[in-house]
Amino acid sequence: MINLVWIVPLFPLLGFLINGLGRNSLPKTIVSFVGCLAVFASFAVSMGIFIELISEETKSFTIPVFDWISAGNISIPFSFLVDPLSSLMLLIITGIGFLIHVYSTGYMHHDAGFAKFFSYLNLFIFFMLLLVLGSNYVVMFIGWEGVGLCSYLLIGFWFSNSSYASAAKKAFVMNRIGDLGFLIAVFLIFNTFNSVEFSSVFPQASNMISGDSALILITALLFVGAIGKSAQIPLFTWLPDAMAGPTPVSALIHAATMVTAGIYMIARSNILFTLAPETLGIVAIIGLATLFLAAAIALTQTDIKKVLAYSTVSQLGYMFLGLGVGAYNGAFFHVITHAFFKALLFLGAGSVIHAMSDEQDMRNMGGLKKRLPVTYLTMMIGTIAIAGLPPFSGFFSKDEILAHVYENNKIFWLVALIGAMFTAFYMFRMMFLTFNGKFRGTTEQERHLHESPGSMTIPLIVLAILSALGGFIGIPAVFGGSHWLAGFLAPVFEASASKTSHLALDHTTEYIIMAVSVGLAILAMLYAYNRYVKQAHIPADENTGRTGLARLSYNKFFIDEIYDSLIVRPLNVLSGLFFRVIDKAGIDGIVNGFGKGALEASKTLRLLQSGMVGFYIFMMVAGILALLVYSMYKI
Amino acid sequence: MEILLLQIFIPLIAALIILLSGKSIAKSLSGIFSLVPLLITIYLYVNFIPDASTQFLVDIPWIPQFGIHFKAGVDGISLLLLILTNLLISIIILSSFKHDIKNLNAFYALIFFMQSGLLLVFTALDGFLFYIGWEIALIPVYFICALWGAENRIKVNLKFFIYTIAGSLFMLLAIVYLHLQTPGNSYDLLEFYKLDLDNVTQSWIFWAFFLAFAIKMPVFPFHTWQPDTYTEAPTAGTMLLSGIMLKMGIYGVIRWLIPVAPIGFNYWGETALILSVVGIIYASIIAFTQNDIKRLIAYSSIAHVGLISAGIFVWNLQGLQGAMIQMLNHGINVVGMFFIADILIRRMNTRDMNQMGGIAKPTPLLACTFLVVLLGTVALPLTNGFVGEFLLLIGIYNHGIWLAIASGLTIIFGAVYMLSMYQKVMLGPVHSSTAVINDLDGTEKAVLFVISILVIFIGIYPQPILNISEAAVVNLLEQVNQKILVK
Repeated sequence: MINLVWIVPLFPLLGFLINGLGRNSLPKTIVSFVGCLAVFASFAVSMGIFIELISEETKSFTIPVFDWISAGNISIPFSFLVDPLSSLMLLIITGIGFLIHVYSTGYMHHDAGFAKFFSYLNLFIFFMLLLVLGSNYVVMFIGWEGVGLCSYLLIGFWFSNSSYASAAKKAFVMNRIGDLGFLIAVFLIFNTFNSVEFSSVFPQASNMISGDSALILITALLFVGAIGKSAQIPLFTWLPDAMAGPTPVSALIHAATMVTAGIYMIARSNILFTLAPETLGIVAIIGLATLFLAAAIALTQTDIKKVLAYSTVSQLGYMFLGLGVGAYNGAFFHVITHAFFKALLFLGAGSVIHAMSDEQDMRNMGGLKKRLPVTYLTMMIGTIAIAGLPPFSGFFSKDEILAHVYENNKIFWLVALIGAMFTAFYMFRMMFLTFNGKFRGTTEQERHLHESPGSMTIPLIVLAILSALGGFIGIPAVFGGSHWLAGFLAPVFEASASKTSHLALDHTTEYIIMAVSVGLAILAMLYAYNRYVKQAHIPADENTGRTGLARLSYNKFFIDEIYDSLIVRPLNVLSGLFFRVIDKAGIDGIVNGFGKGALEASKTLRLLQSGMVGFYIFMMVAGILALLVYSMYKI
Repeated sequence: MEILLLQIFIPLIAALIILLSGKSIAKSLSGIFSLVPLLITIYLYVNFIPDASTQFLVDIPWIPQFGIHFKAGVDGISLLLLILTNLLISIIILSSFKHDIKNLNAFYALIFFMQSGLLLVFTALDGFLFYIGWEIALIPVYFICALWGAENRIKVNLKFFIYTIAGSLFMLLAIVYLHLQTPGNSYDLLEFYKLDLDNVTQSWIFWAFFLAFAIKMPVFPFHTWQPDTYTEAPTAGTMLLSGIMLKMGIYGVIRWLIPVAPIGFNYWGETALILSVVGIIYASIIAFTQNDIKRLIAYSSIAHVGLISAGIFVWNLQGLQGAMIQMLNHGINVVGMFFIADILIRRMNTRDMNQMGGIAKPTPLLACTFLVVLLGTVALPLTNGFVGEFLLLIGIYNHGIWLAIASGLTIIFGAVYMLSMYQKVMLGPVHSSTAVINDLDGTEKAVLFVISILVIFIGIYPQPILNISEAAVVNLLEQVNQKILVK
């Protein structure tokens, strides 16, 4: 089965081609069937590979497909790598991908671009699979940019809306800034190791000394790539805007899979980062700053999808913080659990939006608990999971990260803890505003309120079960567990493990850390309950002036405005300056000057041909005389 | 009959026949004739032995008293350019079928006339022959642009013509000078290669050639004729200029400039490299705020050609191989881009993108093929542009990381101006004038499908193309590097 891994991306590619080419002729039922089946078939094969890998002795298989580019000493094969890390990613991508495809058959049912949507979604799955399956950095880069393209297409899916189209462009461009870093890193890797294959780079790297300058530069540049793709400071502002895309897209691409590619890449390259502690320090700080900033913005947002978007940015920050303190396993654990509960929350939000006739502002919701019971219950499970309350999945993964952070740096831990408290608050705030209290929408909306169809609620239920129980794949020793996930992933992090210190907290400390974070989350929840249920507080409307921190948070710390005035506008001014002053007046002026000079010169010369015979004779005689004088001089 | 002579002269014969034929069959006749040189090139490709040697050689004394020979041959570098020329001429002719062309016999005859000149340039191994080809290629395109262009065509074209003629005069001087230095007063390129000129002379030779080639490509700051000319020229003229003709300059650098004046290159190559990189950034930034769709593509072409030029002046295998494949890719993509611009302009009667918008809704096929060509242009992986840019950038990186980062900005900037263009033209709300636009039909479909397939196919499977030129490039590199080392 492992040797057939190339089939995994092939299915969604075929799905893309069938639905793409037949988008005008195929009926919706066939489109749904093809789209979902393509991903389900990949999931089935991935499951087979996963089961086989568990029973195998060796845990890493490279499967060549064909030679792609070679020029001189550079040779880049198109080949795949199957190991515990990629096999788990396969399951997440195809598993959650399948659920979201099923959900989309309901959610997008009335959309005119139904077939186009499914073909894009399949294409995304294809590229995402390339990203995680590539056995070298260049194939990873193909997937990396390919998912960026699909993200562009899907954010701008409803492109008739200019601001949606702009959001799509913004996402692509910001990703490309990161991609340049990635690309230069690839060149540097090639120069340093003479190869871009993981199987050749990592063993060589593990023999290098910690703090090697080439490694620091490589990892720093790779991290630039990760910043773009995984929406960290300073390149995070595209992700909230990306909510312009249909909600299943937000769930699949902008929560569960693509945005975690940066974490996957660093986990994949863990040995390089372990030997570059300076870079890891930066990773931790950026992660910490991002998780805090994004959580602070999420506190006051009123658009249900924006809350979740900033929450995603913030959770990604936790993952980077985990990577930064060397908790590779914890970070990846959080990738998995986050994929479950954040996909669930987005799909739940989609269900709400669907029921509310495309309303996204929570100020116009309220009291939906009774009308959308399945959505409510499943989303509540997701909320508890993300808030980090035991025994749901988020608790285990977040706790693993926090414990490592605590051991590494107490101040980081404190900030991360406040972030966790914010998380619990904004999530329960979102739940209460949406589902509790009285309905605040129009009567028109109220009449249409309905629970979503089975195609949408069944994925919600499956994801809710995973969000609830998903943490059990990594029960730590402190609860008498064996942490299956850490054991399974051990070969991937083996080289790094021997170079980093292990968690040495005693169980009492660990219990206290957990108790503190759980306690704070419960406090935040109670505060939200008091404010939004008991006092039935509703956030003020757009026009009401906000002051101080609330104003900063509500306006996203004005970061978009800052970028606009610091980068976008100066570049446009520069463009006009180059065009009008340097190009037209400057360079072209000189060129035309040459032309004018020639013209003037010929005007003067023309005067010599006056047509007066006497003048000609005079000139002839003068010329002969001059020649005579000249030749005499010579002699 | 030598096959290479057929390759070069069949277009000339085609030009004559079309000139004499009836108006009604001129289009279809041109379409058929354009395939003949392409078929011959395919024959050459099939019979080509992928090593560094010059094949299909012809060497006929032409004007023996001046040492002028009709000497031409094909190695991997030439072959790739023959493929480029003959493939694109077919596409360009097909793409012109939608136009009502006045005096169309002359129009197509000029295209074929030019094709002969181009083929001569890419195969000539004699300095005089090269120069003849160089000018033969220029004159027809001048007339195409001057007779079938837009309002300002006369003024703009005169500038283009004088500018490039001025450049090529310096080249002519250099060629004649070299000719006089050879022992047997020959124009043979191999004799030029053997010359052992001193450093100062080589510097002069370098600049004389560089000026001609830099204007043709064009390299910053010799580019100001280009946006105006591309904008005013009829679409076929713009395609000929940007798709094929500018490659004469790039080819000239590879075949003539650097091998003939290696020491001059050693002194001045860095300057040329920096000019190229400056051009990438400069032209990209200008492209940000252009509203004329043709002018935007023109500036983007300056940026992309700057990258190719930089890849050559770093003078290593990756850079050169990247330049070789990117010449083909750039040709395909820029012809695609200008064709799309042409389709839009014909339907909208304006080049101003602010008056477009929302066109993707009524034209899904155009939207899709436009996107594919655009992705090739911005070098997305698995499109042709990525293979070229990847090799070019790694070549530049091997020269210096900062230059690579500066050149790499094209990855970001390209996305900015290309996606802005796509957004302005295709996305956003449909308005009254764009709602009724027709999607691609007949030949438009054919052209854009062929181009889209090429963009993706080369992106997925570039190796056959890289293999064509690799041996010749390696050979050239060694030859030049040895000369530099000896000094």
